[in-house]
Amino acid sequence: MRVLFWLLVCLTMGLPVTAQTTADRSSTGGAQTLADIMARQNGEDVDDTFRRDNTGDPSQAATADQQLGTRGGISDPEFWRALRYGSADVRVSAGGEVATVLVQDGGMSWLAFRAGPLRQYGGWLLLGTLALLAVFYLLRGKIRINGDRTGRTVTRFKAIERFGHWLVAGSFILLGLTGLITLFGRVLIAPYLGKEVNATLLELSKWVHNNVAWAFIVGLVIIFVMWVAHNFPSRTDLVWIAQAGGIIGSKHPPAKKFNAGQKVIFWSVILFGASISITGVSLLFPYELPLFAKSFAIANDIGLSGLLGLGELPAALAPQEEMQLAQLWHAILAFVLMAIIVAHIYIGSIGMEGAYDAMGSGEVDEVWAKQHHSLWLEDIQQGQKAKIAPSSDASPAD
Amino acid sequence: MKAMLTGFAAILVIALGANLLLQQAGFASHEKLSGSAVRLDVEK
Repeated sequence: MRVLFWLLVCLTMGLPVTAQTTADRSSTGGAQTLADIMARQNGEDVDDTFRRDNTGDPSQAATADQQLGTRGGISDPEFWRALRYGSADVRVSAGGEVATVLVQDGGMSWLAFRAGPLRQYGGWLLLGTLALLAVFYLLRGKIRINGDRTGRTVTRFKAIERFGHWLVAGSFILLGLTGLITLFGRVLIAPYLGKEVNATLLELSKWVHNNVAWAFIVGLVIIFVMWVAHNFPSRTDLVWIAQAGGIIGSKHPPAKKFNAGQKVIFWSVILFGASISITGVSLLFPYELPLFAKSFAIANDIGLSGLLGLGELPAALAPQEEMQLAQLWHAILAFVLMAIIVAHIYIGSIGMEGAYDAMGSGEVDEVWAKQHHSLWLEDIQQGQKAKIAPSSDASPAD
Repeated sequence: MKAMLTGFAAILVIALGANLLLQQAGFASHEKLSGSAVRLDVEK
């Protein structure tokens, strides 16, 4: 998944993944030309190795008694270039590896990606999902129960299952909203409600986001343990998918406790939720849990990056870059999961009659169960019969 | 409904607990990345 993310970042930010042609810089003595500057300002890829690698040569240094000899063969521009491109040998007495990075080039790419594509595509993804659901609702309307309710109910989810669901759901909504405030506050809140309001909301959002995150993680573990056994793919899922889950048309394909659509939701929550949680914890303890350099190294070693045509991924990253990549990955996956969950909320509330009962009271009408989870209902009813049967056959002496 | 409210209450309890623990863990930015010579509007 991180490799996919790197591909996305490369494509969107236009990092130099393509081969560069060597430019003629004789007119400036090897320094950057007006064409280089213009290309950079136009957002084009510029091969900067002529500057990046031009950091002096101590082996050619004059002896200490000659002019500039005490500089060790490195001029001021060369020294600053090394600092700017992160290749200078910086040693610090405090602050660790983080403090050795004086100029962090990747920070601009991160800032530009966060303020640009992340907000745009993320925002449109959510708005687009809402619009699609609105159109679907207008076209299809609420999915009704066929026929009258029987009044007889079956327990769909036990109290502990509903508790786990709402722990994840409640925390995810809080995390989603506070995450959106953090990302969009500067452009959507500050200009209209003022910077003071935005600052207060940001401070509150930060507190909520940092602390509610743990409830989400706990809930994620609970629902995984409770429901994983019911969410492995089965042959019934193919029938469900073939009939589009009965959403289009009036057929009700058979399903066990969870249908194929619910399984997709489950695995999205578990996998995306886990990756969001891991990167979130990495961000909560800055620089303590770097994830990406190691992942990239593994992707390089097993040939995954080559297989995807990404070439050699950077296996050495500045501590700040680790945090920047963690933040972007965290946000991208969160947007995707939010879009999925918005659809889940729709179908569990206004989209389908009787669906909310399953997570509200935990009791669903038999007719609803028969229409949406027929195989599960059969299992439940057989189980109940099996419980009753031995006691009716048994004599008092048994 | 009771399970939902219990879930929401658990979120609050976990968040308050996490806040207490994280404050003592010493991982706040000002604790990690600044010293006594840096004037910040936070209690150190």
